Amino acid sequence: MKEEQNHEKAKRFGMVIDLDKCTGCGACMVACMSENNVPFKEDESKKLDSITWLRVYKLTNGKPFPDAEICYLPRPCQHCGGKGDHGHSPCVSVCPATATDYSNDTGIVSQIYTRCFGCRYCMAACPYHARYFNWWDPVWPDGMEKYLSPNVSVRMRGIVEKCSFCFHRYQIAMEKAHYEGRGELEENEYQTACTQACPANAITFGDLNNPGHAVHELKKDKNAFRLLERLQTNTKVYYISSREWVRRAGDNYLEKEKK
Amino acid sequence: MSKPDDKTTGISADTDSTEAEVSSAGGIAKGQGDEVGGFVILFFIIGFVASLIIGWVVFPKLLYSQKTQPIDFNHALHLEAVSDGCESCHIFRDDGTFAGVPGNAQCSDCHQEVQGDSPEEKKFVEEYVAKEREVPWLIYSKQPDCVFFSHAAHVKKAKMECVTCHGPIGESTSLKVYEENRLTGYSRDIWGKNIAGVKRETWDRMKMDDCAECHEKAAGKKSSVQTDKEACFVCHK
Repeated sequence: MKEEQNHEKAKRFGMVIDLDKCTGCGACMVACMSENNVPFKEDESKKLDSITWLRVYKLTNGKPFPDAEICYLPRPCQHCGGKGDHGHSPCVSVCPATATDYSNDTGIVSQIYTRCFGCRYCMAACPYHARYFNWWDPVWPDGMEKYLSPNVSVRMRGIVEKCSFCFHRYQIAMEKAHYEGRGELEENEYQTACTQACPANAITFGDLNNPGHAVHELKKDKNAFRLLERLQTNTKVYYISSREWVRRAGDNYLEKEKK
Repeated sequence: MSKPDDKTTGISADTDSTEAEVSSAGGIAKGQGDEVGGFVILFFIIGFVASLIIGWVVFPKLLYSQKTQPIDFNHALHLEAVSDGCESCHIFRDDGTFAGVPGNAQCSDCHQEVQGDSPEEKKFVEEYVAKEREVPWLIYSKQPDCVFFSHAAHVKKAKMECVTCHGPIGESTSLKVYEENRLTGYSRDIWGKNIAGVKRETWDRMKMDDCAECHEKAAGKKSSVQTDKEACFVCHK
């Protein structure tokens, strides 16, 4: 019975990103785009049009030269669990088409492209700007459609897309586990593309509920914080920074307010 | 009819003829009314039947194109010759993925040369094996791009039979016609043959509701916050 309970124990996949290690190289963004068939535009400087499931933001402390500091902050979908982890993510709550959903098994916020009709309520609801709208059908350079990943379906014009924590990798890993008669995955069997691409090992991915996974301990770091924590979105992406101003930048603190 | 009678009576000499005319005209008008009503009903029935025929017989014929497989494969014959049932040829790869329709490499173990006197086998050996071309089989059960289906989860973990979804294909001696939806490009086996949507066997249809029906019964999970059923990110990708 105890074993059965263990087997059925819900997972909460999440990420811990060490901002002290991040150099802002953008390898995670590139890995993400190629892994997930994210369409790119001829003019990627047009930011209202470009789609980046994972975007690296540049933060500055706003001070003049000798004290000026920069911090790079990669932002995937935060996979909000909502208060009490009941799945009341901002986007899931507002979707009228059941196109975006929260799974209590994995804690992943899914986006079903064939279900979405592009009302963009979710984009308005998302406090992290993690959702993107396809204003156009994807146009691949000649022959590139043959290099797209068959594990991720390609999106069309008129729908919303976002980071899925590379859920297809979980599906593939689980398929192998089923074939070998296992019910559980090893930590290294399911890792997101950005995690593996990061040359500085700034991103750690795993099951936040599983004490055997690195993220379980890392999220308890004294310098760990989450973005806009006061909204109680209960996100599953944790950041670590030893710098006070970076941690403060994670939420909308008033100038004189004490954290 | 009595009013014209009153007016005409005793006024003119040819009352009789007028009366006769008037009464007969009244009779025609009444009869026409009945017939028009009859025609309306008749035309309605004709139109109803015609649209039923168009919708249920003609339209499916227009919607689905009929394609024949490049080689008419005999499943029954091969199933007798192999020891491990369907999995003898439809194998799992070592990483747990399902290989689906076998390629030439598997077939040519036996079919390097023509063995019997079947014209289909001769065609296969000469056209495909000798020229090292793969057979462009038409896949009856091919699902849309947004679907992730794990054979390992169903066959290995849930111990389901192939027949449950694919039907008794193993007993067939000839491949059936492949019907392709001209609009969507999907096989008719996904939507099902029955135009009224009646499902008699488990393999009659392979739509999302058919997957969900079994998932609700067998898995019984309620991991989805939106639907209180199994989460979307199980079968979708």
